[in-house]
Amino acid sequence: MAEIELRHIEKSYGETAVVKDVSLSIRDGEFLTLVGPSGCGKSTLLRIIAGLEAQDSGEVVVAGRCVDDKRPKERDVAMVFQSYALYPHLSVFDNVALPLRTRRLSFAQRLPFVGRALPGRGGIEKAIRAEVEQAASMLDIAHLLHRKPGQLSGGQRQRVALGRAMVRHPAVFLMDEPLSNLDAKLRVQMRAEIIALHRRLGVTFVYVTHDQAEAMTMSDRVAVMTAGELLQVGQPEQLYRDPQDLRVAEMIGSPKINVVSCDHWMSLGASLPPGVDGNTTHLAFRPEAVGIAAPGDRRLNGVVTSVENLGSDIFLNVALADGCGAVVVRTHPDVSRSEPGRPVGLQIDPACLLQFDGAGMRLRQADQVEAAA
Amino acid sequence: MTTLDQDRERRVDAKTSFAKRSGEHGLGWLAVSPALLLLIGLLFGPAAAVVLFSLTDWQLGSFTFHFIGVANFRALFTDPTFWKALTNTLVYAGIVVPGTVLLGLVVALLIEASPGLRGFYRAAHFLPVMSTMSAMAIVWGTMLHPTIGLVNRALGAVGISGVNWLRDERTALLALALIGIWQGLGFAMVLFVSGLKAVPQQLYDAAAIDGADGVLDRLRFVTLPMLGPVTMFVVILTAKRSFEVFDSVRVLTQGGPNYASEVLLHRLYTESFDFLRMGYGAALTVIYLAIIVLLTLTQARLLERRVHYS
Amino acid sequence: MIARFPDRRFAGRVARHAILILTAAFALLPFVWMVSLSLKPPEEIFQADFHLWPTAFHGVENYRVALTAAPMFRFLLNGLLVCTAIFALQLLVCIPCAYALAKLRFRGRDTLFSAVLVGLLLPPQALAIPHFVLLNVFGLLDSYAALILPWVISTFGIFLLRQFFRSIPDEIIHAARLDGLGEFEIIWRIMIPMTTPALAAFGIFSIVAHWNDLFWPLIAVRSAEISTPALGILLFRDDEAGQFLGPLMAGAVIIVAPLLVAFLIAQRRFIDGLAVTTMK
Ligand SMILES: Nc1ncnc2c1ncn2[C@@H]1O[C@H](COP(=O)(O)OP(=O)(O)O)[C@@H](O)[C@H]1O
Ligand SMILES: [Mg+2]
Repeated sequence: MAEIELRHIEKSYGETAVVKDVSLSIRDGEFLTLVGPSGCGKSTLLRIIAGLEAQDSGEVVVAGRCVDDKRPKERDVAMVFQSYALYPHLSVFDNVALPLRTRRLSFAQRLPFVGRALPGRGGIEKAIRAEVEQAASMLDIAHLLHRKPGQLSGGQRQRVALGRAMVRHPAVFLMDEPLSNLDAKLRVQMRAEIIALHRRLGVTFVYVTHDQAEAMTMSDRVAVMTAGELLQVGQPEQLYRDPQDLRVAEMIGSPKINVVSCDHWMSLGASLPPGVDGNTTHLAFRPEAVGIAAPGDRRLNGVVTSVENLGSDIFLNVALADGCGAVVVRTHPDVSRSEPGRPVGLQIDPACLLQFDGAGMRLRQADQVEAAA
Repeated sequence: MTTLDQDRERRVDAKTSFAKRSGEHGLGWLAVSPALLLLIGLLFGPAAAVVLFSLTDWQLGSFTFHFIGVANFRALFTDPTFWKALTNTLVYAGIVVPGTVLLGLVVALLIEASPGLRGFYRAAHFLPVMSTMSAMAIVWGTMLHPTIGLVNRALGAVGISGVNWLRDERTALLALALIGIWQGLGFAMVLFVSGLKAVPQQLYDAAAIDGADGVLDRLRFVTLPMLGPVTMFVVILTAKRSFEVFDSVRVLTQGGPNYASEVLLHRLYTESFDFLRMGYGAALTVIYLAIIVLLTLTQARLLERRVHYS
Repeated sequence: MIARFPDRRFAGRVARHAILILTAAFALLPFVWMVSLSLKPPEEIFQADFHLWPTAFHGVENYRVALTAAPMFRFLLNGLLVCTAIFALQLLVCIPCAYALAKLRFRGRDTLFSAVLVGLLLPPQALAIPHFVLLNVFGLLDSYAALILPWVISTFGIFLLRQFFRSIPDEIIHAARLDGLGEFEIIWRIMIPMTTPALAAFGIFSIVAHWNDLFWPLIAVRSAEISTPALGILLFRDDEAGQFLGPLMAGAVIIVAPLLVAFLIAQRRFIDGLAVTTMK
């Protein structure tokens, strides 16, 4: 149906390059999320896919055909916007019906005033009404069809925007931070609904967010962007366990991954773990890869500065000596009861240690290379 | 050809085809073209023509004209009626601007002070703004009539014998200024009211906590300082309107008696369209244009600043 | 605090009304006077003692003279026609231009917008001579075209509408393009309905200005058949019947009434509209 292929997409506004040589294949029916800090060019890339923005170079291929010379409405894509972009002067019904009307009614039938009276319009309108009502009942907004968007809550507007996008059965769904204007509880609920919608429609979803938790929980695959560059594409757990780039490692996962430079490591008197490559400048490890032990001679030692008890887990913030940074440790409530001020030693699982060189690129040990292959 | 070259070629192709299909460029020009043509044909062309005319001795109806350099301007500056018109306009503005602004401010403050009859007062004061000046000038003419006019009847009732306001050299301009204030007052009031509405209530609360809770204290420490930008704006706007005064002069005095109420725009009209001295009229227009442009630029400056503050 | 000085508060209220009634009387007096005279027979107007309400009601007679001696309705219709035509043409020219300046990207856009801003500086009276010459060349003087054509382009309208169009988020326009609307359909179906208050404000501004304008009709028009109200009342005054104050005042009432009635019906709209258009 509709796999999407981006080939060497570049885009700049004036002097500033916003998208830098991005190539990406999105499979048919896949839920792919673009994640990255705000301002990194995600929306721009999405608008390029939609045809709302012209790339400076490179091409967009949908279902095997280059769509660069197609206008947005000819690309068979639908988009849900951050602000929902509902037409405030139209009722919910008219908002959802608009894309069908523009496609099915002829030019003459769409003319102001006279169009209404032309033959054939009644039958088309009837079919449109049925489809709009079907989409509305699927999204649970059937009772709102006569209202104006201004009279709806944030969550309801969100559903109307979804309805407007899905009513014409596009091959590709583009979503630009659709949940960022909702409150936390509704956001979690809508996440589940969008996943369910994806499953039911079975079409390609390209979803943009700056929230890594959203990306991790919703997607088949995640593409990580920073400053216009595509850093890595992979399944969520792959990005979490096996990041290619220090920036990816730092962006994915909450709390953030712990990063300690080799210099600090050694200045603190700890011995580098076995098998660390000579080019490695930074070592990184997840909070769950660290255990608390007694302060010891050849290991990283620090002092607990604060304790965050989430009930299921406890996170300890441990300050390393001499201002060499801090480390977050996840422990189980049963295991340890630490209080601020206590000196501790850190016991790091060497198998979970990630090594990065000066450019932030991942260095793999021999066994990890084998495992990855 | 290397692959790199091919690659570049392909990208360039994509770019040109893209510009063509996205069509935003062509569409943009299509959408602005009527406006652009009219802008040139009806605004900038004529504006240039005025400057050109002002350098000629052309009279309407004659088929020839000569460039005479700045002779029109020289004639203008030695013409006492021009100076009379200019000083009259300045005097007129000197009365109308403070009168309108002060009255408008007082009325706005009083209207907003409490809700009683607010709607009625606002409508009543705004009515003159909407009314057709030529018709209302005729009405004012009858009110200022020496014998049957309302003004002199009222003055007579308290034992003062009035004058023939519009026919007396000492009072003609004054009477016109009164009419100017009458018409402009409501507009100034509305602008002041919108300025008052923009004063945040917290400021009054803060002032009250700081001990400024009397009506006059609030006025002095909060309201008036906050109205500063609006006031400047109203001043400039009223000044601009004062320089555009024409209808009342044309209808009531035609600049008389003895040029006592001659103003710039009326002078411009008479020279150009009564005497058909287009070159001379154009020179006058250029002067007039310069004054208005200066005032408008000042006004734009003020607006800009106000936007930046908020 | 205030409650402790009820007298002072009461005095303040009385003072407020006293002053406002005085200024309101100043504003309303000409209207009252006009209506009063329009109802009186000539001899009563010249009587030494003055009554607001006529002792001998002569209203019907005065208004009949005003309506028959001069084509009063013609003036009003002309005003309606000219104002509507001007506003409609202004919209036709301004809206696409404002949309392009606000939402489309094309080379020369910023230059064009600067030109619009410069155009804002030019007072229309200063262009009267070349407009007059232009219309004379095309033989259009003393026609409806002469009254309408110079006003077809409104830099103010372009500027105002551009500001309003800019405040509509790009996402709405993107959504519309994806929904399959063409650019002119976007203008018609999205931009115009979303900015009706702005269009109404501009309409009020434009119609009030041209209904009341005297300067240009005085230059462009000579015959009564195409006079607008502001000029018409002058023609009536200089006419024979206009020498009588009763009918003249009746004529003034007829000329002034339409806008005032419209204003009284939609006060808020008018006041806000005119305030918005000057402050933008
Ligand atoms: N129309 C535009 N003109 C100029 N710069 C733009 C435009 N749109 C976006 N940008 C810039 O491009 C960068 C990327 O924007 P965007 O794609 O919206 O980022 P994101 O969606 O990842 O937050 C930002 O720095 C933004 O300022
Ligand atoms: Mg974005």
